[in-house]
Formats: sequence, C-alpha cells, structure tokens
Amino acid sequence: MSGEYIAQQIVNGLILGSMYALVAIGFSMIYGIIRLINFAHGDVVMIGAFLTLGLLQVAGAPFLIVALVVLIASAIVGILIEKGAFRPMRGAPQVTGFIASLAVSIMLQNLGILVLTAQPRNFTFPDYLQKVINMGGVSFRAVDLVIMLSALTLMCALILLVNKTKLGMAMRATAENIDVARLMGININRTIMATFAMGSALAGIAGLMWGGKFGQIDPLLGFVPGLKSFVAAVIGGVGSIPGAILGGYVLGLSEVLFVGLLPPIYSAFRDAFVFSTLILILLIMPNGILGKPMEEGT
Amino acid sequence: MESNMLKVDDIHVYRGETYVLQGVSLNVGQGEIVALIGANGAGKSSMLRTISGLLRPKSGGILYRHHQHAEEIDISRIPAEQIVALGISHCPEGRGIFSQLSVKENLLIGAYLRKDKNEIRQNYQRICKIFPILDERANQTAGSLSGGEQEMLAVGRALMSRPKLLILDEPSLGLGPIIVENLFKVLQNINAQGVTILLVEQNAVMALDYANRAYVLENGRVTLSGPSNELARDQKVRDAYLGGV
Repeated sequence: MSGEYIAQQIVNGLILGSMYALVAIGFSMIYGIIRLINFAHGDVVMIGAFLTLGLLQVAGAPFLIVALVVLIASAIVGILIEKGAFRPMRGAPQVTGFIASLAVSIMLQNLGILVLTAQPRNFTFPDYLQKVINMGGVSFRAVDLVIMLSALTLMCALILLVNKTKLGMAMRATAENIDVARLMGININRTIMATFAMGSALAGIAGLMWGGKFGQIDPLLGFVPGLKSFVAAVIGGVGSIPGAILGGYVLGLSEVLFVGLLPPIYSAFRDAFVFSTLILILLIMPNGILGKPMEEGT
Repeated sequence: MESNMLKVDDIHVYRGETYVLQGVSLNVGQGEIVALIGANGAGKSSMLRTISGLLRPKSGGILYRHHQHAEEIDISRIPAEQIVALGISHCPEGRGIFSQLSVKENLLIGAYLRKDKNEIRQNYQRICKIFPILDERANQTAGSLSGGEQEMLAVGRALMSRPKLLILDEPSLGLGPIIVENLFKVLQNINAQGVTILLVEQNAVMALDYANRAYVLENGRVTLSGPSNELARDQKVRDAYLGGV
C-alpha cells in the first residue's frame, strides 16, 4: 500500500467529510437551539440537489448564480419547515417534535416522488468542473476541490457569524436559556428562524455537492446524509458547531479509510466498522468529542 | 406613598395545572424598594415571571407607568421580549447567566434592544466600576465565575437595559453573608440613583432591613403587607420568616 494511495484515500475522505460536516452543522444548531432532532434536515439536501439540477441543467444558469440561489432557496425552505411544522409544536415534549420531523421528512420525500418521479436522474456539472487535477500522485476533479474549499469557507463564515455578530450572540443565548433570552428582549421566534435558515442553507449547498460528487440524484437521497450527519453531530458533540464539523470529517474519513485500507472482502461491512468506531468514541466520550453535558427536555 | 409605578390588580395565574397565584394585588411606588417574602412554593417567582411577561395571567391586570407623568399601560398581555423595552428588567431565579457566553457578552446582551452605542459603552464602564471583578474577567466564560460573581453579573446585565424597575429573584441565594451584605448595599445605591426595585427574598431579615415595604405571600395569596419595620415587628412574621427572633 503506497503513500500515494493512502493520500488519495484521505483526500476522498475529506471530500465526503466536507459534505457530512455541512449537513451536521445545521443538525447540531437546530438541536442546540430548540432540542429538536430534525430528521427532515437531510431532505433539504435533496431539495438543494434538485434545485441545482433544475437551475444548472434545465435552465442553464451559470454555476456561481446557481450556488447562490440554492443557498437562499434552501434557507427559505428551512424557514418554511420551521414555521409550518415546528413552531406550532413549541413547548411540546421533545418526542413530539421528533415525530413531526419524521412526518415532514416523509412528506418531502413523497412530494419529491410525486413531482419528480422516483427515477434517479443523472447529474452533470459543467466540463471545467469535471476536469481531473493531478497533484503528486493524488488525483481529484475540480469539483472536489470546489467542494472542499467552499465547505471550509462556509464553515468559517458561519463560525464568525455565530461568534462575532449580535444575531450570533442572540442565537447562543437562546440555545442556553430561552426564557432568559426573552428577558433580554431577544425575539426568539426570529432567532430560531435564523438558525433554521442558516442550517438549511448549508444543507442545500451540501445537496449541490452531493449531486456533483455522485453524479446521480433521486427524491430519497436525503435519507443517508441526514442519518450520517446526525451521527456526525452526535460524535462531535451535539449542539457544538466545531463538534459537528469535526464529527463530519471523522465520519467521512473513517468511512473511506475502512473501505480503502481493509481487504476487499470486508468492504461490504464498511458501515459496521464505521459505527463500531463511533460507538467506541461515544463510550469514551459520552457527550461527543467537543460536547458539553447538556440537560434533556426543553 | 409616592406615585404608583406598578399596580398588580387581582391576578390569577396558572403554571401548567397548578393554580399558583390566586388573586394577588400589590403596588410598587416610584423609587421604592419593595420586598416579597414567603416560603418556597408560595408563588413569589411566579409573581415576578408574570410581571416580566414570562407567564400570562388568566385574569387580572398589571398596570405600569414608566415615569411619573406617563400614562398607565396594562402590560399583562405584552410578551416578555417587549416588556424589557418598557424599562422593566428581570434578574431571574438562579441568576440565569449565559454560562457559555463571555462575561462581556453577558453584559452586552443586557443592552440587546438598545441602539445608542456610545451610551452602551458608558453604561458598560459604569457597571465595571460598580463590579470591578467583572472587568477583570471580561473575556472569561460566565460559567467560570463564582456564585457571588455570577450574581454581580446578573445584576450588571439587568442594569445594562437601563431599567426604571429592577426585579430581582432571590439575589442572595447561595451566597455568603458578607457578599450578600455588599450586594444589598449596591442595590441600595442603585435605588438611590432612581431605579425602583422589587425583590423576592428567602432571606427575610435582609429583605426587611433594606426594603421600604414588604408583602408576605402564602399559597398564592398576599396575607400581610406593610412598611418593613412594622412587618419585622409582627409576631407572625417573626415566627415564620425571621427564625422566631
């Protein structure tokens, strides 16, 4: 097994990890602020992927414009989901919100099948993004580079926003104590809405990347990234944004490395190996790698 | 008594299924320190939470006048996040500091609704002068502060909204006697600068010492009220809240 081969696997893991991290951030932020395990979050990835397909291949819009529109449209989708499904449940037990999120997820998937049919569609990026770049024996497509760099940029922007702006401060305060946040004059509905908007925007962009990476999309594609990003958020420490990012990369890397480094006959058991590792991490660090002990309930 | 600032008129409040306030009325005059004393579960915190808008009364009204010549408004249906803008600042039970935010952020978030940047800065500096320890620890997370420091932070944060009426829920809870003594002196100073104070206390000795008037709450009803020195002499109050001294 050569060094180049391992380097290649690491790059592949980082690409996958970037996408998991982007989705996990939203998952973690939404849990952090209203203690909601939002299973519909993965379906925003699907919406982002189909929006990209429509804008890029059907409407033929330039790539940067597409990315911008996907970002904004996904944010709006997040706001609508929060307003329609979760705001009426505010104050209800945690499990109620969880079930509502499953319902939203199933509705979005079925709506997708109804409108778009269950037939997978080919997803092709413009040629200049398909170009293969070779760097010291490690090769990847331009789109992979775009995925990694834009994921990093978006994550840095989000961290700055959360830590340096007044809105970010309000979000962190609301996550810690909704009642006291209200006493400060913070409009918590608006703050929660902003959280959904940001988380969903990142998930939508992850959808754009997902299509570009795997070349094929269907209305049920959100399930896997949704589940995986939930896991990433948990191992990173749910509620923590850096934790979600770290969890995303840990998950992405371990998935790829298990397949790449184990003898081929074990590769079918990839997820078993990955999840064993994750269980091990949680046994040692029950709150996740960067998580702090958090009380359950609302 | 001076002109009324807050007039709570026969409010009935439920917390879930529990009937916590069963027709409570009380007044707070401009410039007063008013204490609310009573046993655990008497409804003291619910009273404060209803005034600041976190709880909504089933019936009854809460009339508030933010300065002497202003008109009275009923704030009982106004949500909490808007009440703070009217000049009522509530320092909640258990202090409610944001432990993951820095000390500085905790203070600044107290001024969340204010737009006057320069005056916020002056306000911030004034609070750091009252509580120098907060200035020293400005960049630490608030969770790393001691109990007494957290209480100072909570009071400082409440002052950052420039309240006319400061509501405090058990400021002395879990603090040593010297710290409590100092805290009450600070509160007295704040009051002398024109901030009206309504506070809930378990430490009835302290509360009656500093307050102008007090109300005794039992099982969701006011059972006694009057000037603090009179209440401190009352045999029933002495037996129940002052350790029979």
